[in-house]
Amino acid sequence: MNKDSIVLTYDVPGDDFTRAGEASSNLKSYLKQMGIPPEIVRKVAIAMYEGEINMVIHAGGGEIEVVISPEEINMKLTDHGPGIEDIELAMQAGYSTAPDNIRNLGFGAGMGLPNMKKYTDELKIDSTVGLGTTVTMKVKIQ
Amino acid sequence: MTIEEIRQTLGAKYIVGEEWGHREVHSACGSDMMSDVLAFMKDQSVLLTGLCNLQVIRTCEMMDIICVVLVRGKQPDEAMIQMAKEKGITILSTGHRMFSACGMLYEKGLRGGPDYK
Repeated sequence: MNKDSIVLTYDVPGDDFTRAGEASSNLKSYLKQMGIPPEIVRKVAIAMYEGEINMVIHAGGGEIEVVISPEEINMKLTDHGPGIEDIELAMQAGYSTAPDNIRNLGFGAGMGLPNMKKYTDELKIDSTVGLGTTVTMKVKIQ
Repeated sequence: MTIEEIRQTLGAKYIVGEEWGHREVHSACGSDMMSDVLAFMKDQSVLLTGLCNLQVIRTCEMMDIICVVLVRGKQPDEAMIQMAKEKGITILSTGHRMFSACGMLYEKGLRGGPDYK
């Protein structure tokens, strides 16, 4: 990490779906105020929002660390949920293990991870069944 | 097309943001699944949806969507109204169903953007 980096951390509560997205909203405002180009801000906001929603739906919340450097924005989302058994399958558009009540809320279409990949320059998922999942994403500023 | 023209076309009511009626909308998206909406990246657009919860406004915020049209006469709760006000997002409510509402706007020249890739 270089000396010009800014680090932001967020706790994502896992018990309240209505609050999901607060961290992403906060980050979006912060990046806008920093004068980061709107296209980049939007990509970061969408990717983080999908990740945040996933944490709430699947893992009972978690923690997010965002490192902003002049060149890139790195997001690290860590949860202590059930983990992902088959990451390749989870990455397929349309594949979802979300329950029906989540689908009724407008999520669980199996587009979360594909969207996170679409809007970032790098996406890495480390998961251990029974222990949790860490998702790291990078969006380049230039 | 402006938000006000959308309102007139759909015979819709302002729930939030009548003062932003002059804003221009360049494209539209109709879906009840927010992840489908999040797959669609366009500037200054309008979202038509039958979903009525706080995550609709959050999704608009992330996508820079400036107007939500709630179809089938859906009414937002107070939390949605408050968040839309804070984020500067207009909420309209129309009695039309999704298919009809989308068709009416399409007929007026509003388009959905390129195919999903």
